Parts: sequence; C-alpha cells; structure tokens
Amino acid sequence: MKAIFDEASAIAVTLTVNGTTSALRVPPLRRLLDVLREDLSLTGTKEGCGEGECGACTVIVDGRAELACMVPVCQVDGAVVRTVESTELESLQNAFLAEGGAQCGICTPGMIVMARAWLAECESAGVAPTVDGAREALAGNLCRCTGYEKILASVMRAAGVKT
Amino acid sequence: MGARDQHGPGAPWGDAQPGAKDNQAFQVVGKPHRKVDGLAKATGAAVYADDIVLPGMLHAKTLRSPHAHALIKKIDATRALALPGVHAVITGQDMPIKYGVIPWTPDENALALEKVRFIGDEVAAVAAIDEDTANAALKLIEVEYEVLHAYFDPKEALVRHEPSIHEDKKHNKGNISKHVELSFGDVEAAAKTADLVVEDDYSFHGTTHTPIEPHCAVAQYSADGVLTVWSSTQITHYVHRALARVLELQPARIRVVQPCLGGAFGGKSDPFSLEFCVAKLAMITRRPIKMLWTREEVFYAHRGRHPMQLHYKTSATKDGRVTGVDAKILIDGGSYSSFGLVTTYYAGQLLTGPYDFPSYRFDSTRVFTNKPPCGPKRGHGSVQPRFAFEVQLDQIAEKLGMDPIEIRRKNFQGEHTQTVNGQRITSNGFMRCLDEVERASGWRARRGKLPHGRGLGVAGSMYISGTNYPVYPNKMPQAGIQLKVDRSGLVTVFTGGNDIGQGSNSVVCYIVAEELGIPVENVRVVAADTDLCPVDLGAYSSRVTFMVGNATIDAARKLRALITAAVAEHWGIDTRRVRMIEGTVIDVEDVAKSMSSVEAFHIAEEKHDTLGSTGSYNTPTLGGDYRGGTIGASPAYSFTAHVVEVDVDTETGRITIDKVWVAHDCGRALNPMLVAGQMEGSAYMGAAEALLEHHDINRFGLHQGPSLLDYRIPTSVDAPEFAALIVESLDPEGPYGAKEAGEGPLHPVLPAISNAVFDAVGVRLKHLPFTPARVLAALREQKSASVAKTTAKGRA
Repeated sequence: MKAIFDEASAIAVTLTVNGTTSALRVPPLRRLLDVLREDLSLTGTKEGCGEGECGACTVIVDGRAELACMVPVCQVDGAVVRTVESTELESLQNAFLAEGGAQCGICTPGMIVMARAWLAECESAGVAPTVDGAREALAGNLCRCTGYEKILASVMRAAGVKT
Repeated sequence: MGARDQHGPGAPWGDAQPGAKDNQAFQVVGKPHRKVDGLAKATGAAVYADDIVLPGMLHAKTLRSPHAHALIKKIDATRALALPGVHAVITGQDMPIKYGVIPWTPDENALALEKVRFIGDEVAAVAAIDEDTANAALKLIEVEYEVLHAYFDPKEALVRHEPSIHEDKKHNKGNISKHVELSFGDVEAAAKTADLVVEDDYSFHGTTHTPIEPHCAVAQYSADGVLTVWSSTQITHYVHRALARVLELQPARIRVVQPCLGGAFGGKSDPFSLEFCVAKLAMITRRPIKMLWTREEVFYAHRGRHPMQLHYKTSATKDGRVTGVDAKILIDGGSYSSFGLVTTYYAGQLLTGPYDFPSYRFDSTRVFTNKPPCGPKRGHGSVQPRFAFEVQLDQIAEKLGMDPIEIRRKNFQGEHTQTVNGQRITSNGFMRCLDEVERASGWRARRGKLPHGRGLGVAGSMYISGTNYPVYPNKMPQAGIQLKVDRSGLVTVFTGGNDIGQGSNSVVCYIVAEELGIPVENVRVVAADTDLCPVDLGAYSSRVTFMVGNATIDAARKLRALITAAVAEHWGIDTRRVRMIEGTVIDVEDVAKSMSSVEAFHIAEEKHDTLGSTGSYNTPTLGGDYRGGTIGASPAYSFTAHVVEVDVDTETGRITIDKVWVAHDCGRALNPMLVAGQMEGSAYMGAAEALLEHHDINRFGLHQGPSLLDYRIPTSVDAPEFAALIVESLDPEGPYGAKEAGEGPLHPVLPAISNAVFDAVGVRLKHLPFTPARVLAALREQKSASVAKTTAKGRA
C-alpha cells in the first residue's frame, strides 16, 4: 500500500537488492514489499494477503527469509536483499519448470526464495535435505493450485535428491 | 461441428493405443513438456494485473456495507471529494444498470443502488493519488441506512417472503432464487419394489476458492474513447459484454485483457464490481486507475461453493443394483444470483454417472440470504450432491455386506450410452479408475483389516468437459483460434482462451507444434485479449482443453493443408506424401526430398500469399428434450475414483489423511505432468474442504474470519501425499481423445474420507466439515448406542 509521500517524515535508506545498491528517500514505515515492487520496480515479489500469512512476498534479507509485507523499510536500512529476480536462483527456477512446480505461478517467487533459504540453511548446517524437511520449511508459503506435490518434487530436484 | 468431423481420416493417434507406455505416434502430445509460461513465472518476470503500472495512474478503493440488509437512504461524498489527492467518488447512481453473468438473472449493481444485501456489499468507490488517500476518503463518505430484517438461515428464506432480498415484482417468488424439479422414470415404484431403501440427510457447509492472487483490475480510457481493462478474470468475453452493458458503451470501444492470472478456481468467473469501478473512474478522471482488493475483500466477493442441505433416498435390489434415487436439496445462495441458475440444475443433473439408475428425481431450490454471494467453485454444483450420494452408496453396501468397490462396479453405466436424464456418455474409463485405485491402495488386502482408527474409503464421480449450453444463447462457435505464420518460422496462435494456471496456453502451443511438426519454441501464444484474439467463452466448466484444443487442431490442420499443398506442387508429388515433422518437411516416399519448415513456409507464402488460418469448435446438439435438458449436457464426461487412507485419533477426534490415490479418466493426457498437477491440486482442494475449511458468517452476518489465518487452507505440512493415476480412455470427440482433468478429480475425495472414517472407527460422517468435535460426537453416540444395545441384551 503506497503511503502518502511526506517529505518531512521521509528517511534515507540504502538497500542492496540482487547486488545493486540504491539510495532512497522513503517514509519510514513503508513496507519493504512496496519499496521493492514500486520504488525499485521489482514486481517479481508478489502480494497475496498483505498480512503475513501466505508467504508470496518472501525475500531474503541479510541471509534470512522474511515476509516483505511485514517489514517496515526503516528496519532494514543497509540490508542486503535477494528477490526472485536474483540470478542466483537458476537451479531452482529450472527445477520448477521441469517438474511443473508452477501452475498459476503467484506463489512461485516466494516458494523459490524460501526454498533457496532453506537449502542454504541445510548446507551450512551440514544436513542432507529431505522431503519432510522441505515440507516443514515451506509451511509458511501457501499454494492453492498444486497440493504441494510438484513443488516438493521441484525443490528436491534442485537439491539433487531423487524423489 | 463435432470434433470427429474435424479429425478426418488418418487421425494422428491412429497407431497409439490407450495406456501405451509412450505415445510413439506423437512428437509433442503426451509428453511432459514444460509450460510455455513456466520460466516467466519462476523468475518473477510474468506480469500479473497488480504488476501493471501506467503513467499517471490513480488508485481506487471501495466502501462496503456494514449492514447485512439495509436500504440506502442517502450518500454524501462532499467531505471525501474535498480531501486533497482525491480525484473522484462514484456511487450506484453512476452505474444504475443491473448485470449478472447469467443473462436471465441480472440482479447485481456495480455499486449498490437502493439497498445493500450483505456485510461487504459495495457502496461507493474513490480514486485518489494513492491507496492511503483513497482509504482516508472512504472514511469521509457519509451513508445513511435503514436497516432491514436480514436472512441468515436458508430455511427461513424459503418460507418468509417479506422483506424480500430482491424485488422481483414480475415473478413474486419471495426469496427463492431458483427452483428446479425434474423426474425421470418412476422413483416411487422403484422404492415400493426395492429390496432395500436407504434414506438420510447430509449437508455441505460452504467453502471458498482462496486464490493466492487477490482480484485486481486496471483501466485506461484513451483520448479517442477506447476503454481498456486489464483484469484478473477467467472469462474475458463475459467481462467485455458486462462492461458494455453497464457503462453503455459500444462493445467495439472496449478492450479487455487478462494478464497472467494468480489462481481462480471459479472465483474470478463473474464480472466483479472492481472492473466496472476502475472503468468508470478512468472515464471520469481520464487517468488510468488500478484497484487491488485486499485479502479481506476477496472473502466478501466470494462466489464460492454453496452450502447445501441434502436429503437422499436410494432404492436398491439385494444384489446391490440401484433402482431409484430421490433427492431434495436446499441451496443457500447468498445475496445474488451469480451462476445460481446453473448451480441449481447442476446439483441434480450431474449425478447420473458413472452409475446407471433407471429412475431419478430431484427437487433443488436455491434461496437468497444476506451473506456473501455463492457461485461456481471447481466442481460447480455437483461436489455437494456427489458427497451425499457416494456416502449413501456406501451405506447400501454396508447393509448388503458388499465391498464398496464392488457395488460401484455393479452399477457402472458403461460407455457409449445414455443417462437416465438424457445425457450422452461417450468414452468412460471409470472401471479402470476403480481397478487402479483398488490395486494401488492394496484395497483387497487392507480394507476392513486395518487396526482400529485406520481405514480406507472409496468414492467415484463424473464431470463435464465443457457444456453445450453457452451462457448467452447463440449459434456461433464456443472456441475460436487464429494462426499467423512469420517468415522466420514462428507461428503465432491467437486464442481467446483464458490460461488461469491450468496450462491452456501450453496445450494450444503443443497442439500447433504437433500438427505443423515444428519445435514448441517456434510457437508463440497470444491469449485472452479481446482486441487481438477470437472469442472464446472462457475458463469455466472444464471446457478449455476440449473446446480450445479442438479449435486449435482445426486451425492447424487447415494451415498444414496449405503448406503441404504448396510443397507437393513444388516437388511435383501427391500432397499425401508430404509430412511435416521435427522442424522439417519430408517426402515420406523419397528421403532425398526434404526441406526445413521455414523453407516450406516461404514456398507456401509464395503460392498462397500471406499465410494464416482460423479454426473453431462448437458442440454437437446434446441434452435431454425437456426444459433444462441442455444444462449439464457435455460433449464428453471425465470419470474419477479415489481411495483415501485415514487415521482417526479417537482421543482428539482429529482425522489425518495419510494418502489419496486419485485415478482419473482424462481421455488422453496431452501432457501427463500437467494432468497429474490438476489431479493432485483438485484432490488437495477437496480434502481441505472436508477437514479444514469453512466459509461462514457469524450471528450478526459478519464474515467469521476474512483472512488467511482464520480461513484455514492447508500448508505443505497439512497436505497429504497424493498418487496421481492417469487413466486414458481416448474420447472419440476430444482433441486427440482428451477430456477434462481440472475439476472432476476434486469430487470423490470428500465422500471417500467419510467412507474411510467408517472403515476406521465405524461411524458415518454425513455433515461437513469433519471437525474433531463432530468426530468425537459421532464416537460418543456410537458408544452410547452400543452400551444401550448391551444393556438391552443383558435385560433380555
């Protein structure tokens, strides 16, 4: 939701999104989601509910998966953000294509970003990714089309695990 | 024309047998090709309605009614208009013409005109420089209401006529939206002569679609008076018609475009308030307007599955043959008609397969209540009756001591037959569906033999592949396709079909690639744009693969004929020797003669001038010879069987679904990966309706939880495992034999869960949803009945 721009209350924020650093003047409570979608024209991150329930707006902020609709931009000044437009997600994106993991596709950006965060977590903890682990990890990302079977298959394919 | 006529001799699947390991006769069809829009969706590049930004665009918001039923006495927008940043405020007076997706029941206004009919009904809309300003302006609009008695109980709406929710002076039907009573054969006689009659009540509670993308529309009005609306709709054509009617514009001055769509499931089939509001506001302000509904507003817009109270009485012989079915159904329609006329028919008309019964009667009544309006949700109108009947069929099997799969086999209607209500059945793979789920679930070894608390249940169903009843009567094609050939070798397909995630654009692409023997990468699809594409009636009633697919085959074969004729002339051979395959054109009798598709396109363009073709599909004349006989008449029906395995916790009453085996006869799987995706997604949605979801209002008429926290759709942890078992029956009229796969596979899961719970703990769940409280109550009742029985025995 775009807030009325009030120059007096605007703050300076620096964000590095997918490797590009931008300096912005924005209202402090503007949602990270709107900064990404409207100020930076990165519309790949989707709004499904605007209340932190669906996970469609999941992005990676300083290595952690966050819901961009719940983050006021003033809290992430200086952060490194990765979105679905990041070029580092190719293996997951190809896996979703090969397994039919995207039907309507509205949850797909959030799913892929969440899966990337989880796979990175598995790697740093030295644990092998499992289907049950993927189910747990993606539980905050709602899909209404697939019944999750093909999404789980996509994530496991990207992880190099045969299902 | 029927598809059979279009295929002509030498249909390309001539040597591909159903169930064959691979479809060797095909180059593209039958293989798990990637979706044409898959990568755009996975990279975030796909453009959805809310991703559209136009120069100078304003944002609009809607004021909604706080009353369930009230007259609007006065609206004063003076203060809202005075707020800096506000450009326009509109109310019902700005668009007084009523509309409705079914032309016989136009009872909706873009914004309420004289009265509001549910909490959340649209009253006014504001366009402002941003959403916050628009929201602030909504608070400044003063509306004076006179509150009326509100109806929340459909039974009350059935008998009480005043005040009526809709003024229908012509018919004076009180609050009845639609009543249908149809009778086939003699059910009374069947009941009298039956060895067994089972009679019971069932109910369906009401659920909603919950697409993850909220509704969104963007409008632009050009200086020369052309209105363009981009909308998250699944039926561009009907939105086009409704906009013209309500805005009193020439249809030729309106363009409707469906961008990438984030889920629909029937919930984006009606024309919605926001489409009219953005259009009107764009015309007034001469600025582009966007309106994105909040998640809360999507719950008010609803059009989800109707709550139904169902009474079934089934007669059977002692060997398990059903001889008569007698149904009485009360449907809670909510506040507007929507597709309700069709719902009321479908509730009866779609039960007459896959089983044959010689007599059938249904009495189906839809009433208005002051709730968010119900409409079509995946499996429109038939999921609720199917639930009731499939549970009742299990009750009959139980009484007769028959295996639940056996009783279903016993009553199988067969293929190439006619139903009791006059519907033509062509291909029918239901028996193979039963075989598949029986085998895969280990039914014979496990059903009735699992430990207490664990059980297996089965159910079957059928569904339409489109219907021959177009929403407005006309004899023009239901689906049209245009093909355009570029000198680069690219073929562009123009289709009015709506890809709503089910993959219709991909199916169109595969068919063109198959027919012209070119790589799928050389086919581009332009879809759902009323300026560019021929009319298609939209993504509903599972019509797209069947109808758009057949139209595509028609267009592609006409184009192929032009190309092969030109090449044959070039080589001086008979046209029948020319084959287009894998990006080349060859002489099947002389391997030396070969050229690329691009060369062939050039030769054809030299001979015929600019290359292109059109194709279309219309249904053959179908349906029973009686009023309503065409509603539910489909050129082909799909068939499904499910087995569900459940675990019932007798302490907490919680049902856990371990696995669902879904066998579905889709005719031919044009892309097995996409078909399996539809089967799994359907079963998921049905299972969620049975166990988790409940769309309802509280005692004040207020939605009981319009958020994704309160309306519980399953997460990846909640979802059970699904096994998709594709059965291919090869329909004689489907494109390459294909039928639908997107709605049929939802139906059986609800009754199969109930039947599995019976196997697990011996209680019959007849009222949805199956909450832990309901399960515990049923278990308590079972216990007290058994104590009473023991006591009675003790006394005797």
